[in-house]
Amino acid sequence: MFRESPIIRWRNYSDRYKLSGHKCTKCGANYFEKKGMCVCGNLIFSEMFFSGNGKIVSFTKIHSGPSVFEEQSPYCVAIIDLEEGARITAQIVDCKYDELKIGLGVEAVFRKLYKSGEKGIIHYGTKFRLKL
Amino acid sequence: MKIGVIGIGITRFGEIWDRGLRELLLDSQLRALNDAKIVPQQIDAMFTGNMLGDSLSGQVHIGAMATENLNLDKPSIRVEGACASGALALRQGIKAIESGDAEIVMVNGVEKMTDVDTGQVTTALMGAGDEELEGFHGLTFPGLYSLLANAYMHKYPSLTRDILAEVAVKNHFHGARNSYCQFKNEITKETVINSTMVADPLTLFDCSPITDGSATIIIAKEEIAKKMNSEVFITGSGLATDTLSLARRNTLTAIPAGQKAANQAYAQSNITSKDISFAEVHDCFTIAEIMAVEALGFAKEGEAFNLYKNKETYFDSKHPINTSGGLKACGHPVGATGIKQAIEATMQLRGEAKNRQVLNATVGVTHNVGGSGATACVHVFKRLR
Repeated sequence: MFRESPIIRWRNYSDRYKLSGHKCTKCGANYFEKKGMCVCGNLIFSEMFFSGNGKIVSFTKIHSGPSVFEEQSPYCVAIIDLEEGARITAQIVDCKYDELKIGLGVEAVFRKLYKSGEKGIIHYGTKFRLKL
Repeated sequence: MKIGVIGIGITRFGEIWDRGLRELLLDSQLRALNDAKIVPQQIDAMFTGNMLGDSLSGQVHIGAMATENLNLDKPSIRVEGACASGALALRQGIKAIESGDAEIVMVNGVEKMTDVDTGQVTTALMGAGDEELEGFHGLTFPGLYSLLANAYMHKYPSLTRDILAEVAVKNHFHGARNSYCQFKNEITKETVINSTMVADPLTLFDCSPITDGSATIIIAKEEIAKKMNSEVFITGSGLATDTLSLARRNTLTAIPAGQKAANQAYAQSNITSKDISFAEVHDCFTIAEIMAVEALGFAKEGEAFNLYKNKETYFDSKHPINTSGGLKACGHPVGATGIKQAIEATMQLRGEAKNRQVLNATVGVTHNVGGSGATACVHVFKRLR
C-alpha cells in the first residue's frame, strides 16, 4: 500500500537523506518537515541543514512493529531535540536499550529504514546513535 | 444545551468472527430503536463514527450503509477522527439538532478489526499519528504512548510501574461486572507487569485490545425527549485539537486537548470537576488513563497516582473511572468506543448498571481521544428527572 510507494517517500528525500529543514523567514523557527504555517503565522521558509546533533527527550523499545518493520523488531525509537531547535522522531541504533537515558546526546547516521513488499523498494533515512 | 438521550443499543464487544461491519452496525441500530420505542422513519439524520472501514474491510461510504440498513433515504454521514470518531459523530448529531436541521438523530459507532493480522491493524492504527514524521520511522501506536509514559515517569517518578498496572487491574475488575465487555476476567498487578512487552514500558496488559463492536445512541431535541420521559440529557460538548505528531507537541507529560475540551464542556454545563459522579475516559493505554484523569481535573498534573494508590477510581469509590471496563477490558473497536462511553454514562444515570452501579449518579463525563492526543472530545451527561 502507501508504504510500498516510491513516490510518497521521494518527495522527502532531502529531509531524509541530508537532514535538511525549513527556517521561518520571519521568526527563525526551524522545522524538520515543512509546516504549512509557522506558529508565528508566516508562510515563507528558507532551506537550512541540521547538524545532526541532539538530545533524547523520550524513548521506547518497540517489540511489535508494523508489517514492514516486523523483521527488525525489537528496535528503539526516540523523540530528539535537535540543537537547532526542532524536535523529531527517529530510531536510535548501535546501542543497548539499557544505555538510553533522557537527556543523553545523540548524533545522526544514514541508514536503511525498511524494505517494502515484494517489489523490494528500499527506503533510507536518518537514524541516531549515542554520541561517542 | 440540553439534548435528550432517548435510546441506546450496543453489541457484545470482542472477536465477532461471524459478523461483518454491516451486521454489527444493524445489531446496535435495532437495539437502540427498540430501547427508544421508535420506528426508523422517525429518525431525521444519522452520523456514524468509523475509523478503519477502508483499511481493514475495503469499505468506505459507511454513512449510506447506515441508512440502507434501516431502509431510509435520510441524510447520513460517516465521521472520522481516529479513535475519537465516535464522540465526534455524537457531537455532529448534537449540532444537527441544535441547528434545527433535525429533531431525532441516530448516532452510531462501528468497527470491524479482527478480519486481518495484527501487523496490518498496527499499520492502520498508526494512521492516527503522523505518517511522515512518526510512522515512517517504525513508530507504533503503543510506541507513541510509551514515549509519553517514559517522559511522564521521568518527570513524575511517583507514577511507578506498579501504579500504572493498577489502572488495568481496576478496569478488568469493572469489566468482570459488565455483560457487553470483551474481557470479563479480573487480573492481578503481576499479570500486567509480567505480560509480554509491547513497547517499553507498556506490556500487553497495559494496552487496549483489538475488538469488533458497534454502538448506537439515539438523541433528540429537549422537548421531544421530555415527552418521551427521557431521564438523561447531554448538557455539554467540548472539542479541541493539537499537533498530529508528539514531537511537535508543547508537552509530553499531558494531553492538553483533553483539558481544553473538558473545560468547554464543563462551562456549557455549569459544572466543575467536583460535581462529577463518574467518568468514562480514553484508556487506550494505562498511561492514557492517568493523563485523562488529570485532564478532567480529578488530580493535578503529576498527582493522579494518588487516586490509584488509594484505589479511589473503583465504581463504589470517590472518583469512579471507566465502570464499563474502559478500553482495556471492555475492548476498543475504535469508532465505536466514543458511543460506548455515552451508553455507559446513560446506563449509569438511568440506574441500569447493575453490579457496577455508581450510587446517586447525577453527572457523568465521557472523554474520547484520537491519536496520541491530536483530537479530544468531552461530553457531559446529566440525570434531569
